Amino acid sequence: MSSWNLPIPEIGETPLVGEGTTFRSITETVCRVTENKAPRGWWIAFLIAANFTGVMTLSIAYLFWTGVGVWGNNAPVYWAWDITNFVWWIGIGHAGTLISAVLFLFRQKWRTAINRFAEAMTIFAVICALVFPGIHVGRAWYAYYMLPLPNEMSIWPNFKSPLIWDVFAVSTYFTVSTMFWLVGLIPDFATLRDRAKNKTRRLVYGALAFGWRGSNRHWQNYERAYLILAALSTPLVLSVHSVVSFDFATSLMPGWHTTIFPPYFVAGAVFSGFAMVMTLMLITRAVYGMRSIVLMKHLELMNKIILTTGSLVGYAYAMEFFIAWYGGNEYEKFLFVENRLTGPMAWAYWIMISCNVLSPQVFWFKRFRTSIPVMFVVSILVNIGMWFERFVIIVTSLYRDFLPSSWGYFRPTLIDIFTYAGTLGLFFTAFLLFIRWIPMIAVAEVKGVLPEADPHHDASDHGEHAAAGHAHETAAAEAE
Amino acid sequence: MSDLQDAPVLILAEFDTPGECLHAAEALRDAGYKDFDTHTPFPIHGMDAAMGLGDSKLGLIVFPIGLLGTTLAFAMMHWMNNIDYPIIIGGKPASVASLPSMIPIMFELTVLLSAFAAVFGMLGLNKLPRHHHPIFNSERFAGFSNDKFFVSVEATDPKWNVDKTKALLEGVHAKHVELVYDDEEGGEDLEEAAPAKGHA
Repeated sequence: MSSWNLPIPEIGETPLVGEGTTFRSITETVCRVTENKAPRGWWIAFLIAANFTGVMTLSIAYLFWTGVGVWGNNAPVYWAWDITNFVWWIGIGHAGTLISAVLFLFRQKWRTAINRFAEAMTIFAVICALVFPGIHVGRAWYAYYMLPLPNEMSIWPNFKSPLIWDVFAVSTYFTVSTMFWLVGLIPDFATLRDRAKNKTRRLVYGALAFGWRGSNRHWQNYERAYLILAALSTPLVLSVHSVVSFDFATSLMPGWHTTIFPPYFVAGAVFSGFAMVMTLMLITRAVYGMRSIVLMKHLELMNKIILTTGSLVGYAYAMEFFIAWYGGNEYEKFLFVENRLTGPMAWAYWIMISCNVLSPQVFWFKRFRTSIPVMFVVSILVNIGMWFERFVIIVTSLYRDFLPSSWGYFRPTLIDIFTYAGTLGLFFTAFLLFIRWIPMIAVAEVKGVLPEADPHHDASDHGEHAAAGHAHETAAAEAE
Repeated sequence: MSDLQDAPVLILAEFDTPGECLHAAEALRDAGYKDFDTHTPFPIHGMDAAMGLGDSKLGLIVFPIGLLGTTLAFAMMHWMNNIDYPIIIGGKPASVASLPSMIPIMFELTVLLSAFAAVFGMLGLNKLPRHHHPIFNSERFAGFSNDKFFVSVEATDPKWNVDKTKALLEGVHAKHVELVYDDEEGGEDLEEAAPAKGHA
């Protein structure tokens, strides 16, 4: 009767897991995916994704062989798809950290159903993002300029440049996210080890589980480490996209030189990340029968976050226009009105507005917020829209600058398209391998939010227990 | 092997619910046991108090290492850009006066080193990775990572007494109580693996 994991109907809470879910059924549902043969669809998807990864590798090889001229970047548009893709991928990663760290600190128990999934997505998205800074430098053998090493003139990197802050921010983000994810996986690898039917699985998962034996003396340090990592990741994730936005905001380009960029980029990152989690989750949930763990409740809550962040982004778009007018800078006004709202690249701007600002507005209505087809379509539109947002920010700020004689236009080449499509292949290859071999839902964490996980759940036990008058009983009484 | 068989290294009691497991831990704590532990599929709320454990020491490791990260980042940038090869960019002096531009990297390295300290500190405090533990010799123990809850009492406990400890655990309604023995091989399940390594 008395569990702090039971929903409180008076304030409209509903259960966190489906009817009849037990500790055992969670273990079964999640682990069997890695134990059974992969469905045919998995192989088809994997082969397609692996082929795209091959296309990426070939495009990059061709780029290295020939030079950045194989891309559409040219005067005056020196940054185009390369940095668009980088920012887009980094942004997608942010949802994973938001779910795993920020929602953890806010004690949002519903996150347990989706956190593993979203964290994996973070790591793979950041890997895809990291491809671009490395290859966009043109002469890839000079990529070590990004590291704190002296160049051939004994000059060290300029630490006043946001571009080098970016290197530190993104690599820290990747390292910390990966460690956070692996720490979360230790107990679940132990579950797979203990269920292993053959020696290879027992050895591999045994090694990955580090000899985990569920000891409370270990859980104590483990939970503290988890809390510290969450507390570190929360400001980290805010810093990463803020630093990415500094790459633009500290320049003097109209359209880039904007103080609203850091919060606007972070909101946009969370927005696109949640959309990507939604797209992938809807497919995986249906294919692998996770409906008892990932409920409509979870999807609806994610849609609310998409609506919120989408509206924040819409506010930022409006505020940029306001400041362009209110700031009285004629170049900035020209950029926003003649280069974005109208002009040769207006099509990109309006794709961005329709996908990012208009499409999520359907989530004001519960009917659409709880409709799988609607949320699937919106999640795809948001991903497209957020790619265009970065494209609009980068390309439309560059293609018609201060000197009309140097105005130009940007057209991607086939290699641009292949490289981008190839990173999608890399992402899905990694993702498909993840759902095949690693528990895609955090087994131990979902068990911890079942009503039965509360030691005071059993009512008959409760009376006897209260009589003993132990210290923790007071805490339980407060929780009731 | 037969000598070892005579001396169990731990007693393992199995329970079906977190509540019963918590009770058993309280009973052991109240009876004055020290070297006992619970093994559960997820952390159980209130178990630290039930076992009479203090707070985790991890924060004491993470905090100084985090500060070390801040210091290292500052020292690195100051030495590279202000001392070894001073460069003046955007009119900003090659001195500590340029501190604001160093903040982002100082922050990132604080987070990075703290995160390493949190993860490796946690593994160190838990003495993991550990190649083998006698508790895995119990066949029923595999259930700990699924839906079973275990309490183990180690032979090193000052109050260790096979009969009395067993009776105590049975008294708190353990579903199954067994004696677990060590073996020199490190468990038959890994007989072909390398000898025990990494007790750190």
